[in-house]
Amino acid sequence: MLYRAKSGHPGGSLSAVEAIVALYFHHMNHDPKNPNDPNRDRFVLSKGHAAPALYAALAECGYFDVEELSHLRQINCMLQGHPVCTHIPGVEASTGSLGHGLSFAIGIALAGKLDKRNYRVYVMVGDGETNEGQIWEAASSAAHYKLDNLTALIDRNFLQIDGNTEDVLRLESVRDRWSSFGWHVIEVDGHDIEEIIDALLSASEQKNQPTMIILNTVKGKGVSFMENNIDFHGVPPNEMEYKLAMKELEIAQKALEATL
Amino acid sequence: MKKKEMANPRDAYGETLLELGGKHPNIVVLDADLSKSTKTILFAKKYPDRFFEMGIAEANMISAAAGLASCGKIPFASTFAVFATGRVYDQIRIDVAYSEANVKIFATHGGISVGKDGASHQMIEDLTLMRVLPNMTVLAPSDATQTRRLVELMATTKGPMYARIGRANAPLLYTKEDLKDIEIGKGLITRDGSDASIIACGTMVDQAVDAQEQLAKEGISARVVDMHTIKPLDEKLVLRCKRDTNAMVTVEEHSIIGGLGGAVSEVLAENGSSVPFKRIGVQDVFCESGEPEELFDKYELSTSYIIKTVKKLLK
Repeated sequence: MLYRAKSGHPGGSLSAVEAIVALYFHHMNHDPKNPNDPNRDRFVLSKGHAAPALYAALAECGYFDVEELSHLRQINCMLQGHPVCTHIPGVEASTGSLGHGLSFAIGIALAGKLDKRNYRVYVMVGDGETNEGQIWEAASSAAHYKLDNLTALIDRNFLQIDGNTEDVLRLESVRDRWSSFGWHVIEVDGHDIEEIIDALLSASEQKNQPTMIILNTVKGKGVSFMENNIDFHGVPPNEMEYKLAMKELEIAQKALEATL
Repeated sequence: MKKKEMANPRDAYGETLLELGGKHPNIVVLDADLSKSTKTILFAKKYPDRFFEMGIAEANMISAAAGLASCGKIPFASTFAVFATGRVYDQIRIDVAYSEANVKIFATHGGISVGKDGASHQMIEDLTLMRVLPNMTVLAPSDATQTRRLVELMATTKGPMYARIGRANAPLLYTKEDLKDIEIGKGLITRDGSDASIIACGTMVDQAVDAQEQLAKEGISARVVDMHTIKPLDEKLVLRCKRDTNAMVTVEEHSIIGGLGGAVSEVLAENGSSVPFKRIGVQDVFCESGEPEELFDKYELSTSYIIKTVKKLLK
């Protein structure tokens, strides 16, 4: 997708993908044939630059034709560089300007409580994204309203554009910060789908407080030369890199299939 | 001069929300620690479950309002105009306007008549900021009756909307009957005349009516247009004024850049207008603390300044 688009954000998409897969394929109650079902679980991708991971999941689920993925970021095509809810089936919130999504998810969670509906709302934020002040307004608000129907996931890959998150604007201790704001905090390996699913289930059982799942991840995960390499935050692979990456992924896929 | 009957548009807003709350179960209200001033407290007391106190966290309020709207709610988010627009521009841009969310941002304390709090609290850019956003409807009701009617229309008309009223009591210009057919996007000819057109919005409509009355005594016939909708602008009415009268002014408690005056200028310029025209409003400066009347005098928004300007243009 990104290679064809010749732009986009591979690193943060690869670090987020397992959690998105866990949500859409193993956990959330949703029906691509009925995307406006008022009882559906919702997912908000607050770190909107990981759009390719979300779009791939939505297409694979059947929200739209997989063919659309080849036209990411192209003129007259549906898939915008960052998610937009008015044009793309399955996208709940327009994101891309960081810091908004958690607040948007709070609105959904408040509506759910008000209407006594049992749906849950999930929102993924980037670790660098939590530099934004609005995130902390939302952190207070979700705890204040005891939004136990809200689960946030933070993609803790330790990298943002200008470098390591701890050098740019220190985030540690992420766990202590969120728990001091009144959140239930769970920490998992963000590339282990089973661990993520367990955490999502445990979050669903939590009463009277929202849950933050810290996904310990590797930016660019799965492609050796992209891993922990900030050069691939907002730059797509060139032809050689693309071929190399696809080869690595094919080998990984075969290895996985062999274990089944 | 006869004594005017006064009413506070903020009370009208609060009371109308309260009434609408009974009719529309989907209406929810959010405020950012100013519910006593914006009068959303009336709704909060009657419908505590549907009122969300968001604290002094306006960005979170706007984005959460958009989330509520995505679930079919009709959120009214209120605070002062300074905090309701500039402070949360990005949230409004993405979550409300770009997303075509059915969010109603209702701001009080717009303009310089906020008075003594000074320039930090005198919002003179909000109409411009909201007008430039695609999908956004922008309203500036002129009195308590019009506030009532426009709030009713906001609740029943889909789409992102911004409305601003002032802080102070305002003379009643209309009865409910006068406004039974009011439409968003259609200006009102509050007083008709043939020499000059005074196109005003919000608190300045009353000043325009005063100017019209005094001009009449001097033999000048002025039309007063209450342009309660800044966007979409009633271009037809603007062009009708251009045809019917020999001078035009816009009057707003707002910067002359990009608000009502800006919008009318654009229409006139693109339609080959040679009608003498002047924008009356705050002249690209921050104002200061003072009584509203003192500020109107000093910053050239008073009735006497409107009269002077109209006469000058007609010469």
